[in-house]
Amino acid sequence: MTWNDALPLLVLSSSLLPGFIIFNLPEERRGMRTALNLAGAGLKLVFIAFMLWGVARGERYEFRYAIVPGLELVLRADALAMLFVTLSAALWFLTTLYAIGYLEGSPHRSRFFGFFSLCVTATVGVAMAGNLFSFFFFYELLTLSTYPLVVHRGKASTMKAGNIYLAYTLAGGAVLLTGVVWLYGLLGRVEFVPGGSVSVLGPAYADQLRLVFGLLVAGVGVKAALVPLHGWLPKAMVAPAPVSALLHAVAVVKAGAFGIVRIVYEVYGADFTHGLGLSAPLAVLAGITILWGSLRALFQDDLKRRLAYSTVSQVSYIVLGVALVGPIGTIGGLVHLVHQGIMKITLFFCAGNYAETLGIHKVSEMNGAGRRMPLTTLAFSVGALGMMSAPFTAGYVSKHYLTEGAAVAGAPWAEWVLLASSVLNAAYFLPILYRAWFKRQEDAWPEESIPRRGWLETNGLLLAPPLVSAVAVLAAGSLSEHPWSPLSWAKLIAERQYVSVER
Amino acid sequence: MTPGLLFALTGIALFSSGVAGLILQTHLLRKIIAFNVMGSGAFLVLVGLAQRSGEPDPVSQAMVLTGIVVSIAATALALALARRLLNLTGEMRFPAEGQDD
Amino acid sequence: MIEIELIPLIILVPLLWASLAFIAGPAHGWKLALGGSTLQLVLAWRLAAEVGGGADRVHVPGGWEAPLGIALSADGLAAVMLLLAQGVALPLAFYARAYFARHPEGAHTFWPLTGFLLAAMNALFLSADIFNLYVTLELVGLAAVGLVASGGAGSVAAALRYLLATLLGSGSYLLGVALLYGAYGTVTLPELASQVTEASPPVAMLAAGLMLAGMAVKTALFPFHFWLPPAHGGAPSPVSALLSALVIKASFYLAARLWLALFLPLATPSWGQVIGVLGAAAIFWGSFMALRQARLKMLIAYSTVAQVGYLFLFFPLATHTEPAAAQSALQGVTLQALAHGLAKAAMFAAAGAVILSTGHDRIMQLGGITAHMPVTVFTLAIAGVSLMGLPPSAGFLAKWLLIDSAIVSGQWWWIVVMIAGGLLTAAYVFKVLRHAFLRAEQSEVYKPLPRLVEWPGFLLAVASLALGLRAAELLNVLGTP
Repeated sequence: MTWNDALPLLVLSSSLLPGFIIFNLPEERRGMRTALNLAGAGLKLVFIAFMLWGVARGERYEFRYAIVPGLELVLRADALAMLFVTLSAALWFLTTLYAIGYLEGSPHRSRFFGFFSLCVTATVGVAMAGNLFSFFFFYELLTLSTYPLVVHRGKASTMKAGNIYLAYTLAGGAVLLTGVVWLYGLLGRVEFVPGGSVSVLGPAYADQLRLVFGLLVAGVGVKAALVPLHGWLPKAMVAPAPVSALLHAVAVVKAGAFGIVRIVYEVYGADFTHGLGLSAPLAVLAGITILWGSLRALFQDDLKRRLAYSTVSQVSYIVLGVALVGPIGTIGGLVHLVHQGIMKITLFFCAGNYAETLGIHKVSEMNGAGRRMPLTTLAFSVGALGMMSAPFTAGYVSKHYLTEGAAVAGAPWAEWVLLASSVLNAAYFLPILYRAWFKRQEDAWPEESIPRRGWLETNGLLLAPPLVSAVAVLAAGSLSEHPWSPLSWAKLIAERQYVSVER
Repeated sequence: MTPGLLFALTGIALFSSGVAGLILQTHLLRKIIAFNVMGSGAFLVLVGLAQRSGEPDPVSQAMVLTGIVVSIAATALALALARRLLNLTGEMRFPAEGQDD
Repeated sequence: MIEIELIPLIILVPLLWASLAFIAGPAHGWKLALGGSTLQLVLAWRLAAEVGGGADRVHVPGGWEAPLGIALSADGLAAVMLLLAQGVALPLAFYARAYFARHPEGAHTFWPLTGFLLAAMNALFLSADIFNLYVTLELVGLAAVGLVASGGAGSVAAALRYLLATLLGSGSYLLGVALLYGAYGTVTLPELASQVTEASPPVAMLAAGLMLAGMAVKTALFPFHFWLPPAHGGAPSPVSALLSALVIKASFYLAARLWLALFLPLATPSWGQVIGVLGAAAIFWGSFMALRQARLKMLIAYSTVAQVGYLFLFFPLATHTEPAAAQSALQGVTLQALAHGLAKAAMFAAAGAVILSTGHDRIMQLGGITAHMPVTVFTLAIAGVSLMGLPPSAGFLAKWLLIDSAIVSGQWWWIVVMIAGGLLTAAYVFKVLRHAFLRAEQSEVYKPLPRLVEWPGFLLAVASLALGLRAAELLNVLGTP
């Protein structure tokens, strides 16, 4: 096996092997566990950096493994994979730090970090999957490895949420499997190639292909929280904050959205999808989700639930970008994959900080939080401003491209949807910021567990990650023209899906 | 009607009544006897149907002998279990919450 | 290298150590069992290597040819089943050793009966004529009943019910043999196969029906499944594992073998569909009943009822369908048999571990076992993944192959059945796993477990996972039908 074959596998192993070891560690071996976690995360970043460098120079990294003749597990580091993989690995590193701080003293940490590592392994596998079978393989693995994280606390309410989570994701997986096997039956093999491979089938198959598309999108749509399949997401908020951060910024929802990207661009092909008349319905579905998510968010008092509905809305920006015909919409959708990730993780980190430090779970309890926890609230504000697509933030860049993509695609209604969504975002984020910064704290905090020490308003490990990701939000927004920005990478990918990129 | 066919039909009749007895009877001893009747029916078919030239067929005789041995072993096991059940419950039938075949 | 005859050895070795174990008693029986099982596994491995790719091996004991002699033959399917039997038996032997050290009742008959069971099963997989299949089938049944009865006073009724059901099944089969012999004058499979054609007399169809019905009763296919839950659920855990993992597969193997070798010319596609419908009913009913169980072992037993249904989907998918579909169906079903064998053995082993530690197996009170026996919980989880047919397990691979077969043969309704079955399986698997995540009850007492109780089950579960990642060699051995 050459280095080029092995590298994708190494990326996977860098979290899989530490995960196995962590499962077997006794609870008290804190240092060892932390070391393994960080070593794995760091090593993964190193491998990915190497791959990025190689891919930019035109190297091919591909790992193929035949389980049975005719059925291959393929890991390929193409441009689209690198986008998602880099996001996952970087945010995993941050979340690991955060989780170590957050779960200080909690029971079952070995179990938690073991499944945490499995979860990232599955996510990276989803990112690098080179054919539809491999995608499904890791996609279901993701379901299995995230369930223990959702039910980690072991309370009755957690278990109920876990049941709902399973019901949705397993049903979605079953629908996805049906679509996948159907397509395999029609085509023999379904590799991910830019431009898609389905178009070789003649017009006689058009109706079947529409049905298969529906099945595939419904299958991944559960994780991507498309309305009406989004019901599990707000309920999954019972999980600890690191889990919510990971699930919502990186693993589960992004895997679903990523699935839609792969299906539209690399299985069906953008033009073929449009030709079958599937782009418009997908765009409408995305639009409905965007508005519905934001509307529901408006009425939530629980902070994490508000963020959850915000996620439902924001992830569909990606779907909208994918569904809008033309490279600009594509760029918008792809870049928002990254941008939404870093913005949302910031918000969830902060929400976790409020809960852990002051016992704040509701928006109504946030009066005066800015005075007590200025840095956290600053990070929160950056994230919120990004959600509102304020200038200099990552959200601004995504919205710009999405809006222009809508115009180019001749779908002005989508521009209105995006505008309305920004307004709604402002409507549910600005009051939080107002309360935090400008209102005085009335009663005592619900439960002040972590006292202030100097300028360290909370545990250092809880404070650093949201600050780092907030900086990233600003950087992605202001430095988007830099060749290594997510935007440039998205442009590169879009270029390969279409013949050329205007502008 | 050749003797072979007569034997075969008798065998099938015995088999059927054996099956009916095994399923429908509730007394365990009767079930076990019914099983034996069933077996005998099958053996009869085996010997009867295979007569070709009027000569005894060694293969089928061998098979029936083997079958009888197996049948005896099975009957012995069944009787032993039935006896144990009798000692435990005082009845030669299956306990109430289960049902018959 | 001495040329050893693998086929007779693989039958004689367990026979030998079983007899010795009976004489030596339980104190030494386990040593014989472990040594013997290891040797058997090596033999099975060698045989699979030799057979792989279509080179069937035939052995004629004593040099007496058929029809008066008994010929034994090993083709791909037989070699794979032999691997399954020895592969599951060896870890279970280690497990049983540790289990009976804590729970001595039933130990004194376990080792000899297990040895006889394995000898009979090996002989069954290697038999090449339908009468020898009957004899070995009966032997398997008797040994299995004995094992069930070893569970003590509570299992006597279950054992007797099992015995009568199994005798009904094999009696029906015997009548079929008698009819076939009467019609064709031979019992050897190759000769029969050449004579059974579409234009066969109705007696052949009657025989086919009787034999298949008999096997359906013995494999507990819906609606003949009534005997299985009490027998498998009530027996000691090592016995339950052997029964669900192996014994059930023996009668199914027989049905599939006869179907492929003899009855295909006779059967119409509608026969296959009817059997498939029964299989689907088994999947739904078994899963539904499993969900309602309060005890872990009964849940696992009903799960066996459900999983048997998947096996019988082989019939509609392989009857007069395209060769590619039939090939996928055979591969899928074989893999399903292996995946289920490994996973079910693991699950019962885990259930036994729970019972040893807590003294009961009530599902509602499983909370807290993650802390005290994590290996067991992982065993249940990994085995569960295989049962659900989710990646990366052998169960998933089997499901994929069966779905593939359904697509190629155009029978999409079985896909719906399989996928719905997978979801129902997930429901009852997670019913168990959920409780593993809950906090412990205050009153529960957990006795510590020796390593050997937990790790064989874990190994079996991991094997079901590993098979899902690499099945190419196995399918190679299986060859084409």
